[in-house]
Amino acid sequence: MAVSKRVVLHFPRRLVEQPVIYHLVRDYNLEFNILRASIAAEPETEGLLVLELKGEQEEYDKGIKFLLKSGLKIQSLSQDVVRNEARCTHCGACITICPPGAFELDPETRQVKFLDEKCVACGLCIKACPPRAMEVHF
Amino acid sequence: MKTIAEINEKIKSGKAVVVTAEEIIDIVKEKGVGQAAREVDVVTTGTFGPMCSSGIYFNIGHSKPRIKLGGGRVYLNDVLAYPGLAAVDVFLGANALPDDDPRNRVHPGDFNYGGGHVIEELVAGKDIRMTATAYGTDCYPRKRLETWLNLKDLNEAVLFNIRNAYQNYNVAVNLSDKTIYTYMGVLKPRLGNANYCSAGQLSPLLNDPLYKTIGIGTRIFLGGGVGYVAWQGTQHSPNVPRTDKGVPKRGSGTLAVIGDLKQMDARWLVGTSMFGYGCTITVGVGVPIPILSEEILSHTAVTDAEIFAGIVDYSDAYPQQKPDIVGEVDYASLKSGKIKIQNKDVPTGSLSSYSKALEIARTLKDWIARGDFLLTEAVAPLPGVESGVTFKPLRERPLQI
Repeated sequence: MAVSKRVVLHFPRRLVEQPVIYHLVRDYNLEFNILRASIAAEPETEGLLVLELKGEQEEYDKGIKFLLKSGLKIQSLSQDVVRNEARCTHCGACITICPPGAFELDPETRQVKFLDEKCVACGLCIKACPPRAMEVHF
Repeated sequence: MKTIAEINEKIKSGKAVVVTAEEIIDIVKEKGVGQAAREVDVVTTGTFGPMCSSGIYFNIGHSKPRIKLGGGRVYLNDVLAYPGLAAVDVFLGANALPDDDPRNRVHPGDFNYGGGHVIEELVAGKDIRMTATAYGTDCYPRKRLETWLNLKDLNEAVLFNIRNAYQNYNVAVNLSDKTIYTYMGVLKPRLGNANYCSAGQLSPLLNDPLYKTIGIGTRIFLGGGVGYVAWQGTQHSPNVPRTDKGVPKRGSGTLAVIGDLKQMDARWLVGTSMFGYGCTITVGVGVPIPILSEEILSHTAVTDAEIFAGIVDYSDAYPQQKPDIVGEVDYASLKSGKIKIQNKDVPTGSLSSYSKALEIARTLKDWIARGDFLLTEAVAPLPGVESGVTFKPLRERPLQI
């Protein structure tokens, strides 16, 4: 069965120069799409890669196991960008700002829905949100 | 037909018929204006959007020894406040910033914390850090004051917003080739999006477009508590193009509103950051409209499809104070999520929360239905179309040096 998942990879500095993603493609036949990347600049910081991974479930599982064994930390994307429900006023300023369209206005309730499965963690909503209800936790 | 005194008697006996400005639309469709006007006593409105020209004043009481803050400097959580009124009266505006906020030095600035946020925290019951310096006098010798302040200890704390609840507003777009950061939100280049800011058919002044009932002294929902219309708001401009039914097609009337901050709720006074622009506050306002005539009722039945706004280019026409508009659009189209401008499909976003506006209209309806909130007769009207009042630009007279 084919799967497609978005994951956040945290690279410790010692792994930044390893061709980890190359192995995902060659050894596990996974297709990847880079959604966001940042390089570790200071010794104490870590590299960050947000990927969409596509492949067969069995190979995907093996690929993830390989990543963990290499020493990477993995989070699923939906845990990283969250909406502080107490601060959201449901105005809708985020809707047109979000490139993948992860915010939708519910025509019935007129409330803004956050579809975290569509989120690519680009971060554009963070500062575009007037009450600052969107939070990113990498 | 009815008088406000008669409606208040019905409210007191729990018999008043109160509906929201959304509900009245279907009632009028079903029963017609005449029957609806006889049956309905009050229509409630609501709006919840970023509203500049908001602020608070308060009196901290006298310290021992005394200090005269007027002529000195006062900061609240590092945000600059205005003490130039007297010894211990302070005014704080929603747009105020800490001195060390970098503003737009690196554009676009974040504007994470300002006067609006201080107001929200004060209303939420949090302690606020006040630091002040003064010059000292014989009767007010003290020169420094650093203290925590809490809303419950202040003598008076009053929300006084000199321009709120704009009757209609521009739809903002960007015709240029680069992203711009405005008080109407982030506007993407080449008509990448269109932002609007009105509750439309629920908005207070759009339901009483000719100011037949809303006037000075009108009791309202303000910031989760009870407030009053104090005056017309600044920039009040009744003489703009209107539809046949009198609904303004541009930003028009405004309200100055006032109320005791101590009975308000931080849910309805939310500190707000406009990326690249500054800080402000999102304010909840709701106004009840007594149904005194068929004409007043027919105005409250206005629908989003009957309210039009001008589309304005914020990359050039707005900053350069040019009168040009890109077009006109109705709120039903804006709320559909997509409008057509210059043959291009443009996604729309809102800065005003319709779901919260509805919550305000429903809350006010409950207050009135329960008998907790009586209507007031305006003591004086707001300037109407016949007043000739307009919103004038600045006539600059450069200083000769």
